[in-house]
Amino acid sequence: MPMPNAQPWPVAALQTAVALLGVALLGAVLIAVLGYNPWAAFAGLAEGSLGTERGLAATVRKTAPFVLTGLSVALALKAGLFNFGAAGQFLMGSVGAVWVGIQFQGLPVWFHLPLALAVGIGSGSAWGTIPGWLKVSTGAHEGITTIMLNYVAALFAGWSVFAGSSLSTTRPGPLWDPTSGPVSASPDVLVSARIPWILGPPLRIHWGIALALLTALLMWWLLERTRFGFELKTVGAKPLAARYAGMRSGWTTVLAMTWAGGLAGLAGAIETLGVNHKFAPEFGGGMGFEGITIALLGQGHPLGIVLAALLFAVLDAGASKMQFNSGVPSDIIQVVQALILIFVAAPALATWLLDRVSRTQRASAAAAGLRA
Amino acid sequence: MAAFTQSTARFAAGLPLLLLAGAFLVEYAPFADIQPIRMLFGASILNFALRATVPLILGALGGILCERSGIVNIGIEGMMLAGAFAAFVAKTATNHWALGPSLLLGTCATLLTGAAMGLLHALFCLRFGMHQIISGTALILLSMGISATFFDRDAVAVGKFAPWPVPLLSEWPVIGPLLFNKPPITYAALLIVAVVGFALAHTRWGLRTRAIGEHPRAADTAGVAVLRLRYLNTALGGALAGLGGGYLVLEAVGQFQEGMTAGRGFIALAAMIFGNWHPVGALGASLLFGYAQAVQNELLLAQVTVLPRHFVAMIPYLVTVIAVSGLVGRVRAPGSLGQPYRRETET
Repeated sequence: MPMPNAQPWPVAALQTAVALLGVALLGAVLIAVLGYNPWAAFAGLAEGSLGTERGLAATVRKTAPFVLTGLSVALALKAGLFNFGAAGQFLMGSVGAVWVGIQFQGLPVWFHLPLALAVGIGSGSAWGTIPGWLKVSTGAHEGITTIMLNYVAALFAGWSVFAGSSLSTTRPGPLWDPTSGPVSASPDVLVSARIPWILGPPLRIHWGIALALLTALLMWWLLERTRFGFELKTVGAKPLAARYAGMRSGWTTVLAMTWAGGLAGLAGAIETLGVNHKFAPEFGGGMGFEGITIALLGQGHPLGIVLAALLFAVLDAGASKMQFNSGVPSDIIQVVQALILIFVAAPALATWLLDRVSRTQRASAAAAGLRA
Repeated sequence: MAAFTQSTARFAAGLPLLLLAGAFLVEYAPFADIQPIRMLFGASILNFALRATVPLILGALGGILCERSGIVNIGIEGMMLAGAFAAFVAKTATNHWALGPSLLLGTCATLLTGAAMGLLHALFCLRFGMHQIISGTALILLSMGISATFFDRDAVAVGKFAPWPVPLLSEWPVIGPLLFNKPPITYAALLIVAVVGFALAHTRWGLRTRAIGEHPRAADTAGVAVLRLRYLNTALGGALAGLGGGYLVLEAVGQFQEGMTAGRGFIALAAMIFGNWHPVGALGASLLFGYAQAVQNELLLAQVTVLPRHFVAMIPYLVTVIAVSGLVGRVRAPGSLGQPYRRETET
């Protein structure tokens, strides 16, 4: 299935702007139809995410995992693969990082933290490699296998902090903290494995955001300046040409999924080592489909993905303030995300909608002119 | 269809026969005392397996109708979720009605919503040139978002479909209670398998559907309205997938929960592929996946402590991964699957 071709950046930027305008318009209509005030909703969203120090901090904090999962999906997409498995890779990365982070008391930070991050990346990579390898060796569609592995990862992560059962002799999970109470969680990550704060509590901004931006830069370099990046893009865009050129497309496919898994795993590691400082299954939810929308909204370009992730972080951080101020249920953010995906993936739709709107306005203006 | 008559058909026929044979052995032979055999072939696990199979086969049939006409449908999960939610809304809104009409309305709502989702998918792909996998993803996100936003967590649906015993047949030993004493959507699902299977192979509509899925240009040249048929089939497929979701609310569970389809749409997709895009093959595959869920359920009920319950719960998902990784030989997708069709006015 051919992916849409890359466009020169001014065209892409303009298209994206038009798409977002369409989403804002439709979102406002939806909110109005629900009986709320769209302006109050938008204002609440902005206030909650950008208007206060804490809101701004939440936005920055949330941007890092969004950037990384977006990059994860985008990298796979460049190789023509759909990585629906970012959620599972994220979870495996979290579990791996916490597993290292709660042990090895007395290690220096410069060794413990990178080790925990590396194990997080490695766990995510391993989880991403499985569907890549299955795709190459058996032709199993990665769309299905990645999703199935998400469920397996969620169960595995749940087991890792499972409190055991009094009904049976099942032993507790390896990461379970006996003092964690009714919501079972892992023990706290040792201080030497925590990502240091840029701004400490109450703002809680950690260096993970810098790591995410650096990773975006690294990915740009990988895709645009290395042989592997060239092969990856060729395998994704023109598989036959890649084969005729003697590229090892199977190998590239597996590697692309490995890298994609590593990026999502890093996102999980950053969230656990930087923000939560422990692992509980509740933290993991829902990073999968956002990654797809972010990757497409960012047009697959690392810079675009950073901007898209910022937008998603704004939506995420401002949602509760929006609900508080305007009464619009915060779940509507999911609908907005779906609309973003639709409008970005179908530029024709946004153009068509805006055309209709302007035509109606022109018509009504003309009608008003006639009446006058 | 040589590939079909080989492995998939053998499998699709073999698995139900194997399970039925096991059920008879448990009923009539001294095997009933052997706990593992009773657990694997007893009435409880087979009933559960069938219950888990119905939404899968409906989803898979929905996928087959789309994909045999050349449109990838990864959004089955979203169509099912939308169908389930619509059924719940319709049912709770008419709780004060008599149970029958209220359930009927729920069924209509689920079919129509599914069809609307299918139509939306077709519109995105065919009219607005959206990538088909992304359109499917958008449908999933959309139905997750809409059902979460509008879900009234205090609402309770009163009542669900009760079994309709078939006269005489339901008296048969073993087979009777297993197959002929079921609620209506279960019968409907099995009937639709036969209908779609027959229609695809033996009617004009089926021939045209296969033609536009394999080689749309040739079909167009022969006078088939490719795009119109693709719209129609995607809407029909959406309706079936929606019914698969509605089944959960109207017949199996009786209530709606957020994200209640829990990956069934994707397992249905896997069943479609494993069944080689053929209704009967998909039925066999759905039964396999449904049976895997039932095994998981029985193991959890029996509190098997060798493995923690999390690992037992992985069984259906792992079986799905193994199955799409080509347990039963290679399968072949429709020829034009995923490729947008544009009519060339001049070449």
